[in-house]
Amino acid sequence: MTDWIDIGTLADIPQRGARTVHIGGPKEIAVFRTGDDQIFALVNECPHKKGPLSQGIVHGHSVACPLHNWNIALKSGEAQGEDKGCTPTIAVKQEDGRIWIAQPEMAKVAA
Amino acid sequence: MEFQGGSSPVTKSGDDIGVPMDDVREHLVVVGNGMAGCRAVEELLARDPARYRVTIFGAEPHVNYNRIMLSPVLAGEKTFQDIIINDRAWYDDHGITLITSDPVSAIDRARKTVTSLSGRTIGYDRLLIATGSDPFIIPVPGKDLPGVISFRDMKDVDAMLDAANRGGDAVVIGGGLLGLEAAHGLTLRGMKVTVLHIMPTLMERQLDEAAAWLLKSALEGRGQTILTGADTAEIYGNGKVEGVRLKDGREIPASLVVMAVGIRPSVALARDAGLDVGRGIKVDDHMVTSDAAILAVGECVEHDGNVYGLVAPLWDMCRSLADGLTDQHSGYKGSVTSTKLKVAGLDVFSAGDFSGGEGCEDIVLRDASRGIYKRVVVKDDKVVGAVLYGDTADGGWYFELLKRGDNVADIRDLLIFGQAFASGGGALDPKAAVAALSDDAEICGCNGVSKGQVVACIEKGACSLDAVRAGCKASASCGSCTGLVENILALTLGDEVQSGPKTMCKCTSFSHDDVRREIVAQDMRSIPEVMQKLHWSTPDGCSSCRPALNYYLLCALPGVYVDDQQSRFVNERMHANIQKDGTYSVVPRMWGGLTNPRELRAIADVVEKYDAPMVKVTGGQRLDIFGIRKEDLPAVWADLNAAGMVSGHAYGKSLRTVKTCVGSEWCRFGTQDSTGLGVKTERMTWGSWMPHKFKIAVSGCPRNCAEATIKDFGIVCVDSGYELHVGGNGGIHVRVTDLLCKVATEQEALDYCAAFTQLYREEARYLERTAPWIERVGIDYVKQRIVEDDAGREALRARFLFSQQFMQDDPWAERAAGVHSDLHRPLSPISIAAE
Repeated sequence: MTDWIDIGTLADIPQRGARTVHIGGPKEIAVFRTGDDQIFALVNECPHKKGPLSQGIVHGHSVACPLHNWNIALKSGEAQGEDKGCTPTIAVKQEDGRIWIAQPEMAKVAA
Repeated sequence: MEFQGGSSPVTKSGDDIGVPMDDVREHLVVVGNGMAGCRAVEELLARDPARYRVTIFGAEPHVNYNRIMLSPVLAGEKTFQDIIINDRAWYDDHGITLITSDPVSAIDRARKTVTSLSGRTIGYDRLLIATGSDPFIIPVPGKDLPGVISFRDMKDVDAMLDAANRGGDAVVIGGGLLGLEAAHGLTLRGMKVTVLHIMPTLMERQLDEAAAWLLKSALEGRGQTILTGADTAEIYGNGKVEGVRLKDGREIPASLVVMAVGIRPSVALARDAGLDVGRGIKVDDHMVTSDAAILAVGECVEHDGNVYGLVAPLWDMCRSLADGLTDQHSGYKGSVTSTKLKVAGLDVFSAGDFSGGEGCEDIVLRDASRGIYKRVVVKDDKVVGAVLYGDTADGGWYFELLKRGDNVADIRDLLIFGQAFASGGGALDPKAAVAALSDDAEICGCNGVSKGQVVACIEKGACSLDAVRAGCKASASCGSCTGLVENILALTLGDEVQSGPKTMCKCTSFSHDDVRREIVAQDMRSIPEVMQKLHWSTPDGCSSCRPALNYYLLCALPGVYVDDQQSRFVNERMHANIQKDGTYSVVPRMWGGLTNPRELRAIADVVEKYDAPMVKVTGGQRLDIFGIRKEDLPAVWADLNAAGMVSGHAYGKSLRTVKTCVGSEWCRFGTQDSTGLGVKTERMTWGSWMPHKFKIAVSGCPRNCAEATIKDFGIVCVDSGYELHVGGNGGIHVRVTDLLCKVATEQEALDYCAAFTQLYREEARYLERTAPWIERVGIDYVKQRIVEDDAGREALRARFLFSQQFMQDDPWAERAAGVHSDLHRPLSPISIAAE
């Protein structure tokens, strides 16, 4: 059973941008809004050197890490092109004008 | 030339469409607008461009595209635009009539006409059938349910992308190349994918068991579920796909099923017309069918008992076909094939016979921790087969040894280590390795171009990579052979290789200079407008082009253009420098390197209050406070603002610092007030955005303590005035400035500085420092614009000062006052659900 947490509205996140959120797990989560107003969530760490992905440039459905410009697919968390690595994704949904994020198992255990 | 869309048939029964009455050339009608059909026409045009009038029928609505590149489109690495082989202009330029979305449905051999699905009937003198293959659909219950698709054309890719957007589970039936590519793309697009393969190992036609196992583990490592020996019994679902049931009773739920179990030559049209058909349409060595007026080429044909499903044989066939059509009969002799593939980003190569057997000896190298497996099969001292996984660099070499039948007894000990070792050192140099390749070694697998053809193209005058791409198509598709082509260029031309202007990034075919010119010429006012008008191939650019466009617009439209924060690199968006641990460093401006107790106290207080772990004096004569958290930045800035300090822009593609020495006020050698001039210069230039960072220094005498001769703009004071230096750099490539000129007064020094800065802002490419810019345009050009053209200099200076009116607001002050405070704060969840 997934527990969903209300983290705000689309307008709270800049288009082609991101905000961070803490939902009780050990890691900070980055919530992205793309140019076509889709929402994605990843652990806020690049698989390369843990750069804060929330601070990267969002283009298409990818984000370029601010530290070394690795491009990470927002949907899968996979590094793209020649780079290899994967950042964990977190389920998000838009419903009733709000953004909901799935509470991770880790957070539940901690709670 | 005209295009006939499928929706508006222009039919004159039994006659040709849109043909000038006086065109008496033979009419070649091509059935199939795919890779084989168009390649055949290209080969024909290369031999005799005027001989035939050409009409091409295509079942799809598109121009000719590279079908083997559909996987990168699915994976999101390329767009459809990127995989077009021949655009509309190509059909236009060669007077080819293209009829899209209208497959040919019947051939009347007696009347020499074809009839299309929409009812067009047109006559032919020669007919070329290039219908390719159809995906094989396994006859199980549920195969026609909505949500079951194949992976063959752009329509299928669109259907998969649609499904992926809705998310959920996908099943791919077929663990061959196509199936694995589909699975990879869908995984990248966020679906949970299960691959069902009926055989015990993946890609059994290309890989032996060991390589297949490595591949399987790698794919599983990426989150795919791979079921081998999985025999599909049924696709179930009520009105749409809900899952797949296996013969052993297992059920795998799925909202999308991709059937990729294989392809069959598309022969129905030919069979209905009464042509000889076996597994494919039977052709002779000149690709002529059992009807002398009808030819066939590509995956739909059977030649000498063989049917090919790879691209390389297709190129061979097209050459023989074109030779035949122009009466230079060469004859196709069949193809020996090798497969060099990237499966889901993993390198795989196989060639020849690797099934083993009597007299075959295996040489194997395994390096499981690096994921490398190599196996070369030798029989009677000759290479008869090879399988490579993980490192396929030597694939081409093994394939050559195999094709030539070389005796490898002498190099057998080193064979498995590859060409570099086996041919004795030297070839570790990539150029030497390329030099050692024979003329018929294949360079570009996508377009079937041999080394000999690349060399011929270069010798005909192609002196750059782009020219080679345009001339013989080598490296024009997936680009994986670009390095090889560059080495061939270097070998063939020596130092004469030209590097043309590079495109801005992969999102556009325009160069930086083109884009800038068009922004001004077409008065474009926003990033989306530029992308729209200049046909960007991505929805909203990438991390390379967006910051560049933002700068170009900002520079072209001071006071008008609204800066796009999301197109700025993090440092310029956060007005601080991101560090490797994700914290920021903060550098307040210290005009000309001067400071006072109040500023120093404020900095000391910030360091203590926010627990900054380090303070450092920078190379630009100011203080850098390290380890500030994103959340604390606005408060830090408020404290620094309170002491009168503003942003030092130490993070920007902008004016950084003006470094000074103490000058005539204190120094016994000083000739002028270098400190005072430095402060004035910094007051004039601070806040201006530039193509790249920009540093200024003012030295009070030729001893040059402020190191002005390695700055972008340097002033060296002398007794009689001020020497102005430009284009210096102290980075990786140290470059000493060029002397621009000497002026007599402080005001002139400031005016020239403003004019030079504006020239750089307006004409250098984004991320080009002044040093490479001046090396590109030449110091004489800069002198001509700044020193020799008084009116021009004055205009540049005026534009700079006008622009500066809008630039000199301290970005820290507005952030400290609360603007964009959301960028510094995390979201606040409404509730954390209880257990």
